[in-house]
Amino acid sequence: MRVKEDSGVRVKRGRRLLWTEARDGYLFILPWILGFIIFTAGPMLASLYISFTRWEIVTPSVWVGPAQYVKLFNDDRFWLSLYNTSYYVFIGVPLHLFMALLAALAVNLNLRGIRFFRTAYYVPSLTPVVANSILWVWIFHPNWGLANAFLQWIGLEGLYWLQDPRLAKPALIVMSFWSIGGQMVILLAGLKGIPVELYEAASIDGANWWGRFWRITLPLLTPALFFNLIIAIIGAFQVFTQAYIMTEGGPNYSTLFYLLYLFRAAFENFRMGYASAMAWVLFIIVLLFTTLQFALSDRWVFYEGDLRR
Amino acid sequence: MQTLRSRAAIEVMLAGFWYLTLSVFALILALPLVWLLSTSLKTGSQTFLMPPKWIPEPIVWSNYSEAFKAVAFHEYFWNTARIVIFATTGTLLTASLAAYAFARLRFPLREPLFLLVLSTIMLPSIVTLIPTFIVFRTLGWIDTFLPLIVPLWFGGGAFNIFLFRQFFMTIPLELDEAARIDGASNLRIYWGVILPLSKPVLATIAVFAFIHNWNDFFEPLIYLQSPENWTMAIGLRGFRGLYSTEWNLMMAASTAMIAPLLVLFFFAQRYFVSGIQMSGLAGR
Repeated sequence: MRVKEDSGVRVKRGRRLLWTEARDGYLFILPWILGFIIFTAGPMLASLYISFTRWEIVTPSVWVGPAQYVKLFNDDRFWLSLYNTSYYVFIGVPLHLFMALLAALAVNLNLRGIRFFRTAYYVPSLTPVVANSILWVWIFHPNWGLANAFLQWIGLEGLYWLQDPRLAKPALIVMSFWSIGGQMVILLAGLKGIPVELYEAASIDGANWWGRFWRITLPLLTPALFFNLIIAIIGAFQVFTQAYIMTEGGPNYSTLFYLLYLFRAAFENFRMGYASAMAWVLFIIVLLFTTLQFALSDRWVFYEGDLRR
Repeated sequence: MQTLRSRAAIEVMLAGFWYLTLSVFALILALPLVWLLSTSLKTGSQTFLMPPKWIPEPIVWSNYSEAFKAVAFHEYFWNTARIVIFATTGTLLTASLAAYAFARLRFPLREPLFLLVLSTIMLPSIVTLIPTFIVFRTLGWIDTFLPLIVPLWFGGGAFNIFLFRQFFMTIPLELDEAARIDGASNLRIYWGVILPLSKPVLATIAVFAFIHNWNDFFEPLIYLQSPENWTMAIGLRGFRGLYSTEWNLMMAASTAMIAPLLVLFFFAQRYFVSGIQMSGLAGR
């Protein structure tokens, strides 16, 4: 009898708890929801509408319907720019993330003056993009650039980095390694969040450096790695500035990235409808990728405080 | 004695190895900054000399005073500071609150709503530019700081909500449950349990938001029209066009602009690397 009563009380309390929990959940995300409705949803839907029209900004828009998308899918440049961007995403992002992890482990060392090195590694993320791009045009210069000076120093021949269609994309990926600072800081915060007690326990159990890294550091760092991966993929699909300033999409369209082509459609040819259709195709691609990543994340991302466990 | 001495020797050598490796990479990664500094001290004609000179000859210190004279730099500084402080505060408060809900409370449609949050940074802003401008014009906010501040008080952006969520999810749920048994409300748990345990990520996002708003070029350019409202990032444009882009002056102004950020980063890192003290949880 008593047992029944007890469980009855618990169920009742549990339900109330669930209801307050849901209410508070919506309440806490309410600022975001309001902001989304007021500032974001309208412009997003407007661009979706525009993607079905022909609109040259100064003239009134004309409805063309799905024909816009048919035209887009028959455009060779569209496919080329999608290929260039995919190359940048699928080769650049994993390398970038790996470099950031190495940097984070390095600046996590317990050395005197490590704060100086952390700052130095973050610096390239602070210098203006325009200044960076001018510097890199010179670094990749075939005759006077630092990149070729280095190759010649180790006994190799110089390359036409930004002038060779096969090398331009890899060159821009190499350049992106200079901006690992943000990811490095996030991973560093993740490393510092791992309780020291876990390492102490593992040391008592006789685990070596590799064992501790593999069984403690890496699993507990997966939430930060997952964050970096998702954000880097979303960002890399929108790679633009370097190609816009340094290569203008060349040579031979090898750095015509998706967003550069979209930008030209919008602000050089004033085909805002076409640009909007491109934007929504990219949106769907990135959304599918992100959803897939979240589905797969159950297998490799470990959360100490996971509600579903 | 012998083993002790050789162990100490190995440790010294190891430290030496690390310092050497770290320094080589620091040198490589600091190239853009060295370039910026060097260009900021050149004469106009030396700026694009090929091959470039790392050490300018002569060293033109007056670029700095000229840059400060050419544009209303200190006015831009105060505008920027005001925007950055209000924008960063809003981001920290509302993004962490939303992230707390997404990380630790159960409610219907939580996962789809979180994907909706992320989806807002997936659509290239080029195509939402004009409609967004129309929204702010309708609100009468053009040429005020409001478009740069108010949206950040409504959620603080997908990047920050996601980053907060990831870190909140690493905190053991037992802490919430213990507080809940003691009768704490969810708001109380967020403020009294989760936030104090999240100092590293709070500091990280504070620094990121500060730097982002400080350097932001695109949005101020669109929404701030009268020169007395300009931020430093768009004030620097003054060296373009009007003076047919004086790169050396622009680099001097850029250096002055990022110097405070360097100092901020250097000193803030002690907060974002202060490891979470899980004392009392060790025996779990």
